[in-house]
Amino acid sequence: MAEENKGNGNNGKSVGLLDRVKTGVKEDLASLTTDLPAKAKEQVEILKKPTKTQLFTSIFRHKHDDTPRNRALGVLSNVFLHLHPAKINRDAVRYSYTWGMGGITFYLFFVLTLTGVLLMFYYHPSKVQAFRDVLYLEHDVPYGKLLRNMHRWAAHLMVIAVELHMFRVFLTGSYKKPREFNWTVGVILLVLTLLLSFTGYLLPDDQLGFWAVTVGTNMARATPLLGHEGPFGSQLGMTPYNDVRFGLLGGSIVDANALLRSYIWHCIGIPIIASVFMILHFWRVRKDGGISGPAPVVLDSEIKEAKK
Amino acid sequence: MDWKQLWQILSAPDNIPIVAMIPLLAFYIFLAWRQAHANDVLIEQLAGDPALAKTHHRKAWPFKPGWQKEVHVWPFLLRVEFLAAIIVTIILMVWSITLNAPLEEPANPNLTMNPAKAPWYFLGLQEMLVYFDPWIAGVVMPTLIIIGLMVIPYIDTNPLGCGYYTWKQRKFAIGTFLFGFIILWVSMIFIGTFIRGPGWQWFWPGQTWDHNRLIYEVNRDLPDIFGITSNWAKGVFGAIVVGGYFTLGGLAVNAFFRRHNAKDFKRMSLLQYSIMMTFFLTMVALPIKMGLRLLFHIKYVWITPWFNV
Repeated sequence: MAEENKGNGNNGKSVGLLDRVKTGVKEDLASLTTDLPAKAKEQVEILKKPTKTQLFTSIFRHKHDDTPRNRALGVLSNVFLHLHPAKINRDAVRYSYTWGMGGITFYLFFVLTLTGVLLMFYYHPSKVQAFRDVLYLEHDVPYGKLLRNMHRWAAHLMVIAVELHMFRVFLTGSYKKPREFNWTVGVILLVLTLLLSFTGYLLPDDQLGFWAVTVGTNMARATPLLGHEGPFGSQLGMTPYNDVRFGLLGGSIVDANALLRSYIWHCIGIPIIASVFMILHFWRVRKDGGISGPAPVVLDSEIKEAKK
Repeated sequence: MDWKQLWQILSAPDNIPIVAMIPLLAFYIFLAWRQAHANDVLIEQLAGDPALAKTHHRKAWPFKPGWQKEVHVWPFLLRVEFLAAIIVTIILMVWSITLNAPLEEPANPNLTMNPAKAPWYFLGLQEMLVYFDPWIAGVVMPTLIIIGLMVIPYIDTNPLGCGYYTWKQRKFAIGTFLFGFIILWVSMIFIGTFIRGPGWQWFWPGQTWDHNRLIYEVNRDLPDIFGITSNWAKGVFGAIVVGGYFTLGGLAVNAFFRRHNAKDFKRMSLLQYSIMMTFFLTMVALPIKMGLRLLFHIKYVWITPWFNV
């Protein structure tokens, strides 16, 4: 007992600590067999309704029962879909009116961005490697040929879709008040589409692209005032080494600098500019009152002439 | 008839888009014309019956009483968009699996391709090089096309036909656009793609491309025909001819426009009217210059020391 008394009255405590540890462990063990199964049961119940979880409700902010309110919210609370209004004129979804060409153009731009980024992984914009990279892509990269084909054909299809979109917008008179400005934005987008396609033409660095770009940029020689063969060009001191064509190609012939420049315009410069104009174009579609029709026909006799 | 040659041109991978665009365009023109016709019939009917015009829903597409005027975007629009995306993807997949993107020999500045053709969508402009100097065909014309397209909404003062297909309410606008788009843009691309062979010479479809063919064409300038030899006189003569075209052409178009488009004429400001005139006459000048070249072998109309037109 003498040893027990050495602790200056700590005896009771140390015994208490041991006891408490013991009882604590006992409690823990007991809870393992009672609380955890209860929690597991609870968890199973929660997982049976995944749409009620905090994770789900933090991402999707409204219910998805088929009610008019939820249909509207499904569009309005989604950043990708909220370009659309919640409701539109029932005739406006008719394919024969819109031909869907604007949307298809945008979708093709999306496809081209995806395939283009993948192609960039395999391509070096240098004279030594560019052509070999395309050969490598066609023969050794898994699905490389499909990737390149898809990029090429989507680009051609996009040019067709853009032209048809403009044709439809003209035929339905959709450029008229209040959509005048959006038409001019659309014309800029048409030009950017053609430039995107044209800058991509040189990148395989083959005879086809080389001569197409040579023919194309030779025209720049003849630019009035700014080209060395154009009207008043030589009078203003233009030579093959300082005119607008030199600026486009980064040289007096289509060579390494031209390849690099067209690569950067194609992959970075024009896509950024086109994206900005696309944002503007789509935003204006909404702000100008959605798509133009099909509107009720107006009779000539109903037009009130503005007083001058 | 050289079927092999024809097949080679038609099946060249980069020519497929323009081969595809012709039937697509035909289909969509048909689609537009059908709706325009239906609307025109309706417009005529309503114009002749004011009482009906007051109550009619005014759409050629039947609208039944009790139908909601608006529908939810989800699902009614989004399903169409989704379907379109799937269909386009399938078309692209099939196209990419069956047809390979062209890849020629490595670029070689010492070996000129003959014919050296621009991408198909620029072949209309390349075709214009036959008739105009590069500064017009390659620089001025594209600029004018872009600006000309951009000004359309600001010079078309006709308030009718906004948001529905019609022909009778917008004959001048649609006629002009069809002329520019179909005749001057698409058919020039067609010629550039299918007709032009080595040396940018004219080969009818099915005619064998002869790389050694020479054409002895003597092109004259318009002043030569009138026996003008001095450089000064040529410059002045050309300016008079070109100026005369725009003056007389302007007067002729004015005479037509005032009578047949009286309301638009009244609505347009002087600025709108003169911009419309300038673009219209410039556009009509293209086929005129082409005709001069093809029929009369006239190369230039206006010759100056600095530029030729």
